[in-house]
Amino acid sequence: MSGVSQASSHPARAAEDGGRAQGLAVKDVAKRFGRFPALKGVSISAEPGEFLALLGPSGSGKTTLLRIIAGLETPDAGTVFLQSEDFLAQTPRERRVGMVFQSYALFRHMTVAKNIAFGLEVLPRAQRPRKAEIKARVKQLLALIQLEDLGGRYPRQLSGGQQQRVALARALAIEPRVLLLDEPFGALDAKVRKELRYWLRRIHDETGVTTIFVTHDQEEAMDLADRVAVLKEGRIEQVGAPEALHEHPASAFVFDFLGESNRLPCHLSGDLAAFDGFSAPAVVAPGASGNTTAWFRPHETELSGEGPGLGVTVTGVHNQGGLVRVDLSAADGSTFEVDLPRVSRPTGLGVGAQLKLRPRRVFVFADAPVP
Amino acid sequence: MRTMVPEKPKGFAWLVVGAAALWMGLAILLPLVSVFVEAFRQGAAAYFASFQDPDAQAAIKLTLQVALVAVPLNALFGLAAAWLIAKFEFAGKGLLLTLIDLPFSLSPVISGLVWVLVFGANGWFGPLLDQLGVRIIFTYTGILLATILVTFPFVARELIPLMQAQGTDEETAAVTLGAGGRDIVWRVTLPNIAWALVYGVLLCNARAMGEFGAVSVVSGHIRGLTDTMPLHVEALYNDYNFVAAFAVASLLAGLALVTLAVKTLLEWRFSSELASGARR
Amino acid sequence: MALTLSLPRLREPSVLPGFWPALGFTVAYLSLIVLIPLAALIARPWEHGLADFWRTVTDSRVLAALRLSFGAAFIASLVNLVMGLITAWALVRYDFPGRRLLDAMVDVPFALPTAVAGIALATLYAPNGWIGALLAPLGVKVAYTPLGVLVALIAVGLPFIVRSVQPVLQDLDAEIEEAALTLGAGRWRRIRTVVLPAVAPALVTGFSLAFARAVGEYGSVIFIAGNMPLRSEIAPLLIVIKLSQFDYAGAAAVGLAMLVLSFAALLVINIGQALLLRRGR
Repeated sequence: MSGVSQASSHPARAAEDGGRAQGLAVKDVAKRFGRFPALKGVSISAEPGEFLALLGPSGSGKTTLLRIIAGLETPDAGTVFLQSEDFLAQTPRERRVGMVFQSYALFRHMTVAKNIAFGLEVLPRAQRPRKAEIKARVKQLLALIQLEDLGGRYPRQLSGGQQQRVALARALAIEPRVLLLDEPFGALDAKVRKELRYWLRRIHDETGVTTIFVTHDQEEAMDLADRVAVLKEGRIEQVGAPEALHEHPASAFVFDFLGESNRLPCHLSGDLAAFDGFSAPAVVAPGASGNTTAWFRPHETELSGEGPGLGVTVTGVHNQGGLVRVDLSAADGSTFEVDLPRVSRPTGLGVGAQLKLRPRRVFVFADAPVP
Repeated sequence: MRTMVPEKPKGFAWLVVGAAALWMGLAILLPLVSVFVEAFRQGAAAYFASFQDPDAQAAIKLTLQVALVAVPLNALFGLAAAWLIAKFEFAGKGLLLTLIDLPFSLSPVISGLVWVLVFGANGWFGPLLDQLGVRIIFTYTGILLATILVTFPFVARELIPLMQAQGTDEETAAVTLGAGGRDIVWRVTLPNIAWALVYGVLLCNARAMGEFGAVSVVSGHIRGLTDTMPLHVEALYNDYNFVAAFAVASLLAGLALVTLAVKTLLEWRFSSELASGARR
Repeated sequence: MALTLSLPRLREPSVLPGFWPALGFTVAYLSLIVLIPLAALIARPWEHGLADFWRTVTDSRVLAALRLSFGAAFIASLVNLVMGLITAWALVRYDFPGRRLLDAMVDVPFALPTAVAGIALATLYAPNGWIGALLAPLGVKVAYTPLGVLVALIAVGLPFIVRSVQPVLQDLDAEIEEAALTLGAGRWRRIRTVVLPAVAPALVTGFSLAFARAVGEYGSVIFIAGNMPLRSEIAPLLIVIKLSQFDYAGAAAVGLAMLVLSFAALLVINIGQALLLRRGR
């Protein structure tokens, strides 16, 4: 498998690229479609060999950004550089980026092997490897995606997950300088998604190619990427390692997008959020102060029969494996979700029970919308 | 949603089937059979003798010469128009689609008439062409133009819906893999539409060889020179030379049957690679 | 590049090549083959003045021909509406021997050259023909009468209705109909309340296609029609006659009148169809 690594098979190319150092820099990129601003000045860079996720809801501009890097869209403003090369001055062909489409876009009338070989066969004659070389390379890639025996099949004869892998092999065949994936697992069912997720990470680690992938699934992004960029309405809200995003979300949007959340009004003094008769330690984002909203996770929330806390009524109890998810509502109609480990489930937990709710830790943001 | 599965007919159903069969027999099968019966009415020798006539041979040759130019031109147009309409977004696409369909709603006679209005002796460019010594009406060129107009939409109509349904995903993927225009068209697009193209060319050819009204207007009916096969059928029929008329007609009917057989075969075998519901 | 930037609304940018060559060829070919000739049809009827145009199209012979072409096309399409629906129904619903062959045969009128159909029909319906001989004792004359025109137009129009209705019948949800059956609806009631409303739009589409084809039909008609002025002479034939007299303006006038009338008729049909659709199925 190591035979597929980037530098080995084309020494000339490796030299021309300056080894593997292939940093990608996107600066102040803006793009509008008609009156709709898809990107409003986005800057982000990817280190050589990095695995970067673009995470955001639909319409946040993440796919547009990916397509601009691939050369499929032209930005209205901004620059895209790979090392010292001006990407925007190059055709998609010259950029040599590998792209995996959400729909896979496999060539339906070509076999799997032909699909993978396509990028090599359309190279200008001078650069095109010999037939035997192409064949050997296709074989390596088929081994890499673990479909050695399916080279003669047509795409329609493959499962969704297999098609996905062929699409990736086809993109890798051209030894891309950057690999782009647009919602790579979007069309697959949950179980296959998870399998392919780890497999993709392994392929990345083996080939070492700088990879950018677009997803709306926060779990996928956090699980897979070295760094995650959260996009909202054409802007980047925050970029960082998954751990950093979890521990220090920059905005309420990021916090909310990265998982289920509860909200409660509070008064902030120092790093303590004060509620009606109780308080909780707060992670305070710059600029937050005074009367504001405290955000907290279902799993960082306690429930008890008595003591200080917000009075709530149980409206639903759902068993989810090792966890118990409790739905609650307060007297003013606001609703909460709490996850409890099954072992620490309090007695008498049933619909209609009156309990006290207390966050263990809250987050406070400057931009917090009032619930 | 579950689609209908045909059931064995019984009672009332036989009435429906019978009515349909009778109707089809009267309107379609009987005329078709009568062509061959009339052609062989005086035996096989008389039938084959009809094709010894140099005028008949000239008509066959002219028909082939017209189809040989008209069909490839319309196929080329169909490919260009379908590439344009299916792969790009631009203003005026709806208008273009309407104009491409327009010849379908023209009477064949009008499709011939318009060429006379443009190139005839009293036509817009008639006098000018006359001075240059160029004649279009009553010549091969006129017949060709009329045939092209009548068969204009056939290939385009077959390709456009299919290529629209296929979208631009594969071509875009090919671009990111470094393919240029020629590689995209030859390796990706054409193989995807090959059978639909064959299908469209087949229908276009059948109509081109069998066209009567439009060609009749621009031909001048000079036997051995500007009579195509259908026009030759008319001339023979009007001469009360029925065996020869039906003999030539039987060739055209045979062409129609072969066309339908291949068309049906394509529909069975490659239904997913043809534009669905665009049968014509 | 400068052009695409200055005209952003006219064309969405694309990485696919070949837009300008394809556009150039398409527009040039379309103009040469369709637009310029049609411009002549629209421009030339007026060259001897409006009054002359009016005199031409209101001439009793022209009016009779237009009435015959449009009237016979309408009646033929109505007949095909009924028989086409029955044929489509038989082909979709029942599995009888020869079904596939019958299905393939529906397309014959699309492929059979009109002149071939024309001489075959004329021979069949002539007083000494296979069918004509059967009808003669009954005093029915088909060939060389307006009835002959009708027969020819019925023969060319059948496939349009069948091919429009067939896919709709095929996709008709079997369960809806079975539900109607279990609710005790009788056969006619089921057809009237469930099937007909569902296929009505397709019937209208098929009708307008068959009608448009029949109005302009020439080759299959002239042999059987007898072509007697004022009686069995169709409008397209009148164009041919006027051309042979070098009356270009007159021929163009009849052609334009046909075109305008048939677009008007199709417009009425389309509006009717839109109303039908809006009423909900």
